[in-house]
Amino acid sequence: MPGTVLTITSGKGGVGKTTATANIAAALAHMGKKVVCVDADIGLRNLDLILGLENRIVYDLVDVVEGRCRLRQALIRDKRLPDLFLIPSAQTRDKTAVSPTDMVRLCNELRQEFDWILIDSPAGIERGFRNAIAPADMVVVVTNPEVSAVRDADRIIGLIEAEEKGPARLLLNRLNPQMVRSGNMLDADDVLELLAIDLLGIVPEDESVVVSANRGMPVALDEKSRAGQAFRNIARRLEGEDVPLVTLEDTSGLLQRLGRLFGRGD
Amino acid sequence: MAEAAPKIDIKGIREGLLVSIGDGASWETAEAALLNAIGKQADFFNGARVALDVGARPLKAAQLGKLRDRLSDFGITLWAVISESPKTQETARSLGLEIHLSKPRPGRVVKPLEARAEGEEALMVRRTLRSGMRVTFPGHVIVLGNVNAGAEIIAGGDIIVWGRLKGVAHAGASGNTAAVVCALDLSPTQLRIADLIATAPPRRGNPTPEIASVKDGQVVAESWHGK
Repeated sequence: MPGTVLTITSGKGGVGKTTATANIAAALAHMGKKVVCVDADIGLRNLDLILGLENRIVYDLVDVVEGRCRLRQALIRDKRLPDLFLIPSAQTRDKTAVSPTDMVRLCNELRQEFDWILIDSPAGIERGFRNAIAPADMVVVVTNPEVSAVRDADRIIGLIEAEEKGPARLLLNRLNPQMVRSGNMLDADDVLELLAIDLLGIVPEDESVVVSANRGMPVALDEKSRAGQAFRNIARRLEGEDVPLVTLEDTSGLLQRLGRLFGRGD
Repeated sequence: MAEAAPKIDIKGIREGLLVSIGDGASWETAEAALLNAIGKQADFFNGARVALDVGARPLKAAQLGKLRDRLSDFGITLWAVISESPKTQETARSLGLEIHLSKPRPGRVVKPLEARAEGEEALMVRRTLRSGMRVTFPGHVIVLGNVNAGAEIIAGGDIIVWGRLKGVAHAGASGNTAAVVCALDLSPTQLRIADLIATAPPRRGNPTPEIASVKDGQVVAESWHGK
């Protein structure tokens, strides 16, 4: 069975596309699926850092596209997860080095060998974004519960629909349950009402994400991390499992739960 | 049975190059002829900004999107698609392409539209308009869906949104102060009727259907009670 190409995009920068790509890939590989991530952010490459593989880059995506190496030579295999591979981006070039057709051709080759091909899209709506969605079978839009991120997500969803790659699915990242409770942050329902697409998953704000990134270790491999758990659930949903969403209530402490039982309001 | 290849005409204009595809042949033949012509002069086209006249052909997003990609392989930026077909115009707009050759000058916020609406022509939009989408029409515009913040409607006549209006709505854009804007939830970023501009105050409580119109030289919104 040929593999599925999943593009992770957002419009807005800094909402967590690269983190999501790395962690969903790690979670899928942990489940035994053969996964390759492709960093389509030419000129501003980050995926290699998040996966902790930057020291092993010899060839990159632009080398493959321009024929300086074979596809196999650009694949970096993760030593922790033998089913996880990376095709890194080029840091010294820019988005015009690759075209949408190049991406489609590359992914057609990758489909033969991998169950999942995850494409980390750059921010924006121009060439880099178009490169990233050209080969997509499925698109995930990442956003934060914050007005400018949601506005950009709406724009990008419209563009995805226009390119007939929809319907996209939503990954709501960095939700802070305390801020939602105190009325200082949009909740999932607010965001879904605005964007009107299906929800793939919610990843809560979690310090362990930053810690893991600095260590080059995907947080999805951290059993104790709530964000890691969310990414693992998302991977399971992508594989067709029906995994219920972890509600806000479940993430609060025992004392607070007891408080509510005895009638103490928040 | 081979189709006769359509004529490909290339002209230099102020905004770059205008490439016109002659009528008659199917889109597949026309696209192949176009790419062939470009391939023969690849160096000339590399780095060019191209406006494409496709004649009366109705084109879907997948077709235009694919062509744009192929053109970008040659280093060509497709910035406009000119066509008499409303379907192609709509497709081009949704892909962020211009449909006119000369861009309107910025500066004056309100410009008169060429409103030649025969009778009471209305454009029906059966979808939610997402941020960045724009609908322009000389007559009335009716939207069956929401108009998200960042979306715009510019109508020579009235604007009716059967949903939430959160974007920008400009009714009576050709100077008609009798135009109205109605919505089930009237919460626009900005509302314009003719050359008057207004913003909505923050909403208190649940939204109810409202109608905005010009009264005594001001834009006022009132609850819709039915007439």
